[in-house]
Amino acid sequence: MTKNPIMTNEEYKEYVKRFMPKTNEKRSLLNSFLVGGFICSIGQFIRYFFNLYLKLQGDSLAAATSVVLIFLGVLLTGLGVYDRIGKHAGGGSIVPITGFANSVASPAMEFVSEGYVYGMAAKMFVVAGPIIVFGVFSSALVGLIYYIFGL
Amino acid sequence: MTDIIFTYLKAFTVGGLICMIAQLLINYTKITAGKILVSFMLAGVVLQAFGVYEYLVDFAGSGATVPISGFGYLLANGAIKGAKEGLIEAITGGFTAASAGVTAAIIFSFIVALIFKPRSKIN
Repeated sequence: MTKNPIMTNEEYKEYVKRFMPKTNEKRSLLNSFLVGGFICSIGQFIRYFFNLYLKLQGDSLAAATSVVLIFLGVLLTGLGVYDRIGKHAGGGSIVPITGFANSVASPAMEFVSEGYVYGMAAKMFVVAGPIIVFGVFSSALVGLIYYIFGL
Repeated sequence: MTDIIFTYLKAFTVGGLICMIAQLLINYTKITAGKILVSFMLAGVVLQAFGVYEYLVDFAGSGATVPISGFGYLLANGAIKGAKEGLIEAITGGFTAASAGVTAAIIFSFIVALIFKPRSKIN
């Protein structure tokens, strides 16, 4: 057995660093801009489509658009495509509503093996849960303030 | 025609910029992705509470509604509309407005989890 050349923690960190992919920060900014912008453009396209062919407007148009985007996000997660995009796009794939869909679908798939109640259904909201909790709480607060002050 | 192209350009630029801000936070701070999402959503709620975010929505369309801050905008807007109808609607209005998105995410994820096998892990 050969002697392990790594002696200290620092040396080990250096050793590991050699095998880590270099994350180019400027590149990741550009990627997130392009991917995020692209997803928003798809949203704009779906909006146009529903408005033109189904004559949807206002709230139902917004709802239909986000439902389709969520469907696409979940489907691409199921096919394993979304996580591959995410590796390169970072914020560009996390921040759009498709990223919200991904954050629900991904743990749901992952934890089916731990059962449908405590696995899939419970773990579904690992990321989305906090968003819903703080979102509902803050919006109720906003509604209450508007109601009290009659704005 | 130039109108339509300009609309896409605005959606692309504003949506891209919002995502780039998130990437800046990921790169240069230790804030985790989950906290960034919550902060962006709350930013949307607060901005719309002051009636500001709807100007961005008018300008950029999907560029402002598709990012998670648009989800916050939707919540706040629902609450503000509800407040005009009554106390109960003021409190439930936000979640009512957001219910389509949350319901879609739950139903589609449920079906996908039944059909597909997991391929990669979420961080």
